[in-house]
Amino acid sequence: MSIRERLSGNEAVATAMKQINPDVVAAFPITPSTEIPQYFSSFVANGQVDTEFVAVESEHSAMSACIGASAAGARAMTATSSNGMSLMWEMLYIAASSRLPIVMNLVNRTVSGPLNIHNDHSDSMGARDSGWIQIYSETNQEAYDNFLMANRIAEHKDVRLPVMICQDGFITSHAIENIELVEDDKVKAFVGEYKAPWALLDANHPVSVGPLDLQAHHYEHKRQQAEAMKNAKKVIQEVAAEFEKMTGRKYDLIEKYMMDDAEIAIVVLNSTAGTAKYVVNQLREKGIKAGLVKPRVFRPFPVDEIADALKNCKAVAVMDKADSLNAASGPLFAEVTSAMFVKGVTSPKVINYIYGLGGRDVKADDIETVYNRLSDIVKTGNVGEVYNYLSVRE
Amino acid sequence: MSNKYDIVKPNVKWQDITEGGIMEQPGNAKQFNTGDWRSMMPVWHEEKCKQCLLCYPVCPDASVMVDKETGKMIGIDYEHCKGCGVCTKTCPFGAYDFVENK
Repeated sequence: MSIRERLSGNEAVATAMKQINPDVVAAFPITPSTEIPQYFSSFVANGQVDTEFVAVESEHSAMSACIGASAAGARAMTATSSNGMSLMWEMLYIAASSRLPIVMNLVNRTVSGPLNIHNDHSDSMGARDSGWIQIYSETNQEAYDNFLMANRIAEHKDVRLPVMICQDGFITSHAIENIELVEDDKVKAFVGEYKAPWALLDANHPVSVGPLDLQAHHYEHKRQQAEAMKNAKKVIQEVAAEFEKMTGRKYDLIEKYMMDDAEIAIVVLNSTAGTAKYVVNQLREKGIKAGLVKPRVFRPFPVDEIADALKNCKAVAVMDKADSLNAASGPLFAEVTSAMFVKGVTSPKVINYIYGLGGRDVKADDIETVYNRLSDIVKTGNVGEVYNYLSVRE
Repeated sequence: MSNKYDIVKPNVKWQDITEGGIMEQPGNAKQFNTGDWRSMMPVWHEEKCKQCLLCYPVCPDASVMVDKETGKMIGIDYEHCKGCGVCTKTCPFGAYDFVENK
């Protein structure tokens, strides 16, 4: 029997970490992810895990320690937010290019400035090209479940890439919800032991890690990394199928909500998808054919699945909780429309809404204005402004 | 573990190159000829050498060659000597000249 609990997102992830019992956790506190290493360090102090907890002096050191530990053959984890991940920046790329299966919980928070501790996706979106797999979580349950699946994906022989599990700062990380935990022994069996294919501490098979890699080989290594990211799509689905067998909870690359006959749809990540589902239910009661697409996986980007999900819509709004500040759109819009275009899905009208930056509350009414705008576009055929800020004071 | 050392060549395909650029064989710096970086070169004069071996530990490129059997200095490995000249400064007996590389 699974365990019924009520936990915040941070507690849920710290619990998942405890159940996985990794070899090394190296972390530095930053709001709103601080509680994860805080709870975890109490598990270490209480002897509930065997983990070596490294209390580092910065996030750059946190990721460096994870890289060192992972290269040594250990299972290594961390958690951070916002500017903390900004400080990890150069090490993010090195972790990915060195093919080290590190798992990180990123509690999404806006990257300052202006100085702000609240939620948006500017941290993870900034790191979208760093070579990390990115999986987003709508709820505490999803943050927990995604974290339990992360090692299996990262450590798979066809992938060998670091994984970032994202959850919304405060909204998910600090809100307490009901949650179903998996029993410790089942987690242990599901996640399994980590056997590194090579390790710095394996004295019988010495290796050098992170050598200078110039014109002769760097390009081939990047191509190899690209292949690993392509392979990750299938592995994420396989791991999700196994997870479903264990828990009954179904996950895929994207989640489609009321999309079978949807004429208008919103594409949105993380917790706002929950608010949008509520709005979809209300609109459906009025007979409006509204739907929702929630990309669970952003890296690798589910090009085929997103294009296929939207192909019968008349109008689509892609919602970005981060702006690319390119005078054109947010990053999710750019990638969704690119996916639609290359797959020949060109009939839906598509608009972009930037929303909720710096933790601005996005209510059901705000989401409803987006669906209303889509209904107007369907009625009039007039798209109007593509690049919009939702509910900004003006 | 497979030894992929022999395939790390300029023409290796991405499918065959080691993951993340790891090198699976130790001591492979020997395969990298740094001797052609040299603009100055040390010249060792055996007749002036007292076999004190002070030059041996200071060489940053392990290019002072010592015979394993006799323990005596036998010459300079010009395939790896970068011509830094530390050996010539260290020698108390003037057994080295430091001249333009030819």
